[in-house]
Amino acid sequence: MKILICITHVPDTTSKIQFTDNNTKLDKNGVQFIIGPYDDYALARAVELKEQLNATLTVLNVGEAETEPTLRKALAIGADDAIRVNAFPKDSQFVAEQIAAIAKQNNYDLIMMGRESIDFNGGMVHGMVGELLGIPSISPVMKLEIEGDKVKMAREIEGGKEYLEAKLPLVAGCQEPIAEWKIPNMRGIMSARTKPLTVVEPASQNVATEVINFQLPPAKGTVKLVDKDNVAELVRLLKNEAKVL
Amino acid sequence: MSQLTKSSINGGEFLIKETDAQDIFIFEEFNEEQKMMAQACQDFVDTEIHTRIEEIDSMKHPELVPSIFKKAGELGLLGISVPEAYGGLGMSFNTSMLIADIVGAAGSFSTTYGAHTGIGTLPILYYGNEDQKSKYLPKLATGEWAACYCLTEPDAGSDANSGKTKAVLSADGKHYIINGQKMWISNAGFADLFIVFAKIDDDKNLSAFIVEKTFGGITMNEEEKKLGIKGSSTRQVFFNDCKVPVENLLSDRGNGFKIAVNILNIGRIKLGAGVLGGCRTVASHAIKYSTERKQFGVSINTFGAIKQKLAEMAIRTYACESLCYRAGQDIEDRMQALAAEGMPDAEAKLKALEQFAIEAAIAKVHGSEVLDYVVDQGVQIYGGMGYSADAPMERAYRDARISRIYEGTNEINRMLMVGMLLKRAMKGEIALFEPAMAVANELTSVPSFESIDTSELFAAEMDVIKKLKKVFLMVGGKAAMALADKIESEQEVMMNLADIMIEIYAAESAILRTQKLVSQRGEEAAAHQIAMSKVYLFEAVGKIEQSAKEAIGAFAKGDEQKVMLMGLKRFTKSEILNTKELRRQVADYMIEKGKYPFS
Ligand SMILES: Cc1cc2nc3c(=O)[nH]c(=O)nc-3n(C[C@H](O)[C@H](O)[C@H](O)COP(=O)(O)OP(=O)(O)OC[C@H]3O[C@@H](n4cnc5c(N)ncnc54)[C@H](O)[C@@H]3O)c2cc1C
Repeated sequence: MKILICITHVPDTTSKIQFTDNNTKLDKNGVQFIIGPYDDYALARAVELKEQLNATLTVLNVGEAETEPTLRKALAIGADDAIRVNAFPKDSQFVAEQIAAIAKQNNYDLIMMGRESIDFNGGMVHGMVGELLGIPSISPVMKLEIEGDKVKMAREIEGGKEYLEAKLPLVAGCQEPIAEWKIPNMRGIMSARTKPLTVVEPASQNVATEVINFQLPPAKGTVKLVDKDNVAELVRLLKNEAKVL
Repeated sequence: MSQLTKSSINGGEFLIKETDAQDIFIFEEFNEEQKMMAQACQDFVDTEIHTRIEEIDSMKHPELVPSIFKKAGELGLLGISVPEAYGGLGMSFNTSMLIADIVGAAGSFSTTYGAHTGIGTLPILYYGNEDQKSKYLPKLATGEWAACYCLTEPDAGSDANSGKTKAVLSADGKHYIINGQKMWISNAGFADLFIVFAKIDDDKNLSAFIVEKTFGGITMNEEEKKLGIKGSSTRQVFFNDCKVPVENLLSDRGNGFKIAVNILNIGRIKLGAGVLGGCRTVASHAIKYSTERKQFGVSINTFGAIKQKLAEMAIRTYACESLCYRAGQDIEDRMQALAAEGMPDAEAKLKALEQFAIEAAIAKVHGSEVLDYVVDQGVQIYGGMGYSADAPMERAYRDARISRIYEGTNEINRMLMVGMLLKRAMKGEIALFEPAMAVANELTSVPSFESIDTSELFAAEMDVIKKLKKVFLMVGGKAAMALADKIESEQEVMMNLADIMIEIYAAESAILRTQKLVSQRGEEAAAHQIAMSKVYLFEAVGKIEQSAKEAIGAFAKGDEQKVMLMGLKRFTKSEILNTKELRRQVADYMIEKGKYPFS
């Protein structure tokens, strides 16, 4: 059993986001990078599957050299080897094509990743990879069990859950509570140093989009509390200050 | 620049020698693997501790802390210092400092952690024979067993060697029978292994024993009701005819006090690092709260009085980081050097730690007092909410206080650092008297009017540091002469001298760290660190001047006093600094980053 886990290298959720170069680039100064939280769930589930099924786990990231600590962390958590496609992840299609190219060479039984990244939150890569490989792609997967060549999954849908079954190989875009995040143990961190991390050049250069610039959402206004008996004041505020009436 | 090589600096010699910035280790130099370990440890603290600190401190669920402790073991956090051969990770000294640093933010759990990995485990690691090490260390390194350290007794606290607990050899010569009472024992409530100090027969000195709980004859009082670190188990432990196999004597008979002293020595520097996580967390909370809290229509962090506090929290924390990891690396380097000369590992470690015992005591005192300052200002920034048990400052404030008391009170540590220095000087191990004489001569000669080139960054500051060392040599030298063997009973003067030593080491470490940082990243990238180092030194000069004056007033009279005061004036001369502006700069950067941003 061979599992590929695709991880993103994204700013920590508590980072203060600022831009440089005329608002075209993220200001990385002082920003801490982490494994995308949804990818981290996928990885955690993969580590459990590894124990159950004796699977081998490969982690993959499309990114420049600076993302290697993130890949090493995935190795520390339990992946066996890592691949870095040496390119800035320009957009979803670009990333999906790189993943598909690697997957074609290695015949993974299962490809796992987060339902979406937390930087651009596109949520498209798993679908595109499935399409490029001609295999099913299911997301957001909250539960995933493997029995023989069958995968039993639970998926979140509007207002409820959907239980479904599919055959390997497939692509799963994961989210909680598929597994609990794992903190790498010290021994894992030490062994990550000696696990293979291969760097490959991108297989294609297609990009479908171009970023013109970024804008921060407007700062949150202050909250005004109005006494529940003072409807007149509420109306006055809505009319004169908020100007919505 | 100076020609010194790194290995030429011995413990305490920072007072008479210059150090090259390139020769110290700085926090910013931890490698990717160490950073990953620190992050994993932080994740552990965030998920296992911070989410249920109230439950931990309530002590309502006796299984909770042991279960968290076991998780720490699974992650490998309990075996950082234990060699791989005994089931640990065998990481470097500074890595173990870094982990203690991060766990320091875990409130009461940091005492649980320190008592087990430090005073609980290290006696066996450093003094155990092969059988003892292979029997116990793997269990302790993985957290299968928890350890505690039983030194203090109701009538033997600071005066630890005066303990009354007795060990008597059984008739068949196979066991020691231990009887006595121990007090304030951290982890006692769930420990499987007790390191017990007792006197064999009527010995003058303590011996140390490895006692398994299952040996029998061990009972305990209820948990102590404490001011802080409430989730950490602290109990009185009674030994009633506790039968300990003779092979569980640790090291030689009568060697217990030496073990206790040397182990506390390590505990001290670890405690210095162990306050840092707490300092950063409190500072970060204070930054966030002061940004959110509005009074007079604006965030309170726009007020200069609040910025002053935020910056000062960071400045002192930065200095403490600088000195702890500088000393930590000096210890590591010495260990390596001694091991390379063929000294057995455990012995090399002990020798290196002993060599830097003065720095370890400084780290303990400085760290615990920085933490107390930081939590105090944290409460103040929170205002009324600082006083509320619903906000994090109240707990931090209570938890911090213990650090000035255990691992040797700060009074005992202050006395120790001066005592050790004088003893080494007497033995000729540190050449203190010659430079002290030179300074004494300088007092009666014409002051030199040579000016220093202040265009180079920190040239003026390094000159100030050099002169502060002269203050120490002047006051310390004269005090040693005037008071001779009476000095030990003139504790106030000893404390003044200790304060001068501490401030010199802290200020110098902060500046050296920043110098090295500038050499790596350039001045612009280190602008805030430059500001912090300058402000720290400026304050240190004031404190040192005050301590020196008090000491001079205590023992010098007439002309001698006059000459010394003139010398003091000369040696504490420094440029006026716009500390207001520099602190604002630092505070604004902290506010911009939303957390303590310097490590
Ligand atoms: C929460 C907690 C956990 C602890 N954990 C442990 C543990 O795990 N194992 C263990 O063995 N011990 C432990 N201790 C004990 C701790 O190390 C002692 O409390 C400490 O060493 C001080 O001893 P004491 O309490 O007897 O105070 P005392 O020695 O009575 O000191 C009282 C005051 O007198 C001062 N003083 C004492 N002697 C001198 C002197 N010669 N010159 C000047 N001033 C002096 C002290 O500085 C202090 O201010 C713990 C204590 C606490 C509170």
